[in-house]
Amino acid sequence: MTATSQAPVYQAPRAAASDIPFGRLVQVEFRKSWNTRSGFWLLFTIGALVLIGELIAAIVTAVQDVDDVNLGTFATVAGVITQLLLPTLGILLVTSEWSQRTAMVTFSLEPRRSRVVQAKLVVSMIWTAITVIFALAMGAVFNLLYGAINGSISWSGGAGIIGFVITQALAMLIGFAFASLMLNSPAALVVYVAYLFVIPTIFGIGAALMHWFKSLRDWILLTQSEQPLYDGFWHMSATEWGRFLVSVAIWVVLPLVFGLRRILRAEVK
Amino acid sequence: MIKVEGLTRTYGSYTAVDDVSFECQPGRVTGFLGPNGAGKSTTMRIIVGLTPPTKGTATVKGVSYHDLPNPGRTVGVLLDASAQHDGRTGREVLALGAMTMGLPMSRVDEMLHLVSLSPSEAKRRIRNYSLGMRQRLGIAHALLGDPEILILDEPANGLDPAGIRWMRGLLKQYADRGGTVLLSSHLLHEVELIADEMILIGKGRIVAQGDRKSLMAHNTKVEALATSLDNTALANALTAKGISVVPAGEGLRVAAEPVEVGRTAVEHHIVLTDLRSGEGGLEDLFLQLTSDTQREGVVA
Repeated sequence: MTATSQAPVYQAPRAAASDIPFGRLVQVEFRKSWNTRSGFWLLFTIGALVLIGELIAAIVTAVQDVDDVNLGTFATVAGVITQLLLPTLGILLVTSEWSQRTAMVTFSLEPRRSRVVQAKLVVSMIWTAITVIFALAMGAVFNLLYGAINGSISWSGGAGIIGFVITQALAMLIGFAFASLMLNSPAALVVYVAYLFVIPTIFGIGAALMHWFKSLRDWILLTQSEQPLYDGFWHMSATEWGRFLVSVAIWVVLPLVFGLRRILRAEVK
Repeated sequence: MIKVEGLTRTYGSYTAVDDVSFECQPGRVTGFLGPNGAGKSTTMRIIVGLTPPTKGTATVKGVSYHDLPNPGRTVGVLLDASAQHDGRTGREVLALGAMTMGLPMSRVDEMLHLVSLSPSEAKRRIRNYSLGMRQRLGIAHALLGDPEILILDEPANGLDPAGIRWMRGLLKQYADRGGTVLLSSHLLHEVELIADEMILIGKGRIVAQGDRKSLMAHNTKVEALATSLDNTALANALTAKGISVVPAGEGLRVAAEPVEVGRTAVEHHIVLTDLRSGEGGLEDLFLQLTSDTQREGVVA
């Protein structure tokens, strides 16, 4: 590395600066999600695990001679894997800016922080869509494979697929919300895992011991209240809708509102 | 240009920046000087809108930074060269900046060339960069959008001597073209060499500001260092005039202007071998003005 270069500093005709278009911010945030080593390997891992999961599901169902195997079965398998990994991606989209301190650069290039956060939200939804499409494609391939081995193919389970898409998008949003609330990757991940496994267990114990607790749980636990979605949201009763919307407000809307407020006001160091 | 008025930032009972006001003019390099923790970085973060001020305003080209459309095209910012994602390559960092600002990718190569980062270095991840390389990348990033204003926090940190000289030339050239530069440093000699205007800050307060000449006027200490072929005779002659003299090394430390010492020597036919002003220059002034804010207490 020498220090001799004295290339003339570029002098473009200075056009009147205009706002950064939102589409460009989305493009930049999308690129940021895969152009780091950790981001790239996380995406790679999600793809690989979905593939392995589907493979195991196909083998197990074929060997065990399970009856009603259809496309929905494979979508559910993918869902179990991605409901943990997809939000991790959402979390890193937000927290890496703070743990790696790139927020200083990001917010000095676009000081309107809400636009950056919106772009990140769009990117998280793009990745959800890509993951869902990938999982469904894998599901279709393995469903075909299963059909070839077993002799009968069922393409039913469409309701499950729609439920899968909605719950994945919600999981992503929850990860995103926790991340903006914590602004710290390990903390946000721990809280998400607690949300996914620990809290349902605690509520389960409570519900087993006290009857009133059970009805409370039905209104609070999103992991519980989103289950009817898998049977098709058009079959959901008014009570089921109520429970679903209340728990979405608790786990998605509330943390997202406070998290966004925190990002917009936080001092960036 | 940058204008800061009555800027104050407190953290609980601690005041990081205390009623700071200054202006940076186009075509000039403004040096922001102060000991560690004096409030330089906080002030710069407030200008860029990353830290909300408790009181006061900071504007860039007459508007708040927040209201600049595509600010990267107007203001080049380097606040912390380490604040980059470790797992990203140097080239990607610049590519993201260029994309955000809407610049062609050729601009990335131009900037890499300008800061002497080779193509193979640019492909490496930042984790493997030395501080000097990060600093070069940061300067490249700041210059990416061809801004008319530069805000650089400790840009010389970690650069090798050749790199420091290169950066000095770059900033000088930039200011000569009409650019506005605000750079902070705790290295006086660095800033003294390039800054047209200096702001001395200690404990969040501005203790002095102006160009070199007007700053030196603050220095009230009158002193000369003299060496002659007959120091004893010179000392006696000066003492006779009521001027205090103390031996210092091979010569004398005299509490008078050098001109007075020269005159006395002529009067007494004493040959002077060395005569210079004993004023310590900017460093002395700096330490004197910030003495109560230095961590080491009063320094010599």
